[in-house]
Amino acid sequence: MSKIKFKTDEEIELIRESALLVSKTLAEVGRLVKPGVKTIELDRVAETFIRDHKGVPAFLNYNGFPYSLCISTNDRVVHGFPGNDELREGDVISIDCGAVLNNFVGDSAFTFAVGEIDPEVRQLLDITRESLYRGIEKAVVGSRIGDIGYAVQEYTEKHGYGVVKELVGHGVGFKLHEKPEVPNYGKRGTGMKLEEGMVIAIEPMINLGKAGVKFWKDGWTVSTIDGKPSAHFEHTVAIRKGKADILSTFDYVDEVLKS
Amino acid sequence: MAKQASIEQDGIIKEALSNAMFRVELENGHEIIAHISGKMRMHYIKILPGDKVKLEMSPYDLSKGRITYRYK
Repeated sequence: MSKIKFKTDEEIELIRESALLVSKTLAEVGRLVKPGVKTIELDRVAETFIRDHKGVPAFLNYNGFPYSLCISTNDRVVHGFPGNDELREGDVISIDCGAVLNNFVGDSAFTFAVGEIDPEVRQLLDITRESLYRGIEKAVVGSRIGDIGYAVQEYTEKHGYGVVKELVGHGVGFKLHEKPEVPNYGKRGTGMKLEEGMVIAIEPMINLGKAGVKFWKDGWTVSTIDGKPSAHFEHTVAIRKGKADILSTFDYVDEVLKS
Repeated sequence: MAKQASIEQDGIIKEALSNAMFRVELENGHEIIAHISGKMRMHYIKILPGDKVKLEMSPYDLSKGRITYRYK
């Protein structure tokens, strides 16, 4: 249980390279998010972009996952498959991506709006994104895993949203999924103590309605039970003293969204 | 990519096997092989058939478990 793989400063820099590649890939894909686009096309673009930059998609063939991106629209929470379905105005699309560069793994996700969306869904996206940063604030030496989850849960439930509990963030860096588990809910002061050298993926999955989710028969896709939309944002984060080091970034995506 | 959270379940020890492994019957009736956690081993906590225990299970392999607590 306590076999945490700690990373040296040099290794963290290499994980940062991988995380930045993921961030650039999300921006490249985000550029294409418009009504009429087929989600399988986004997956192709992501795979090509990652390989062009000498990386390997981390999700492709991970435990049999057949694609490079997880594409989860509207009521789908995570792990959705890209397909021939076209995006429509008003959709929200969560795109999760991972890349391996020099044998180090980066993991990040962003939920995009397709054209104009309902104001209450817009708020879900904004609050979920902010909750990620509230969690990251607690990702410092001396805090505990429960502090991160508490921060995300407290902030999002305050707005009436549902926090998905069956899926969690995770250690990352040498492999895509490492210990520890990083839930998006928790009690302050509980859980593993965070130490220098830990690298984790924090990824709030927040539902507009109730927290309940169901798992599809394809063995991967997860969706909300009440059919309402869900948002997902993720960063790869290195635990440091005082302030966490966010290895991935939404800067590239924000640039694209501004234009 | 999000990970599926480990599941906590209760079970009853059916049989002690070698190497600190046990055959356990879960609440849902399934029988699995489980091993004792390092922390319990460290504290020399003995587990015998008939004991009720708490297990941690990976959703990725539901045939194995890790015994994390023995109930009084």
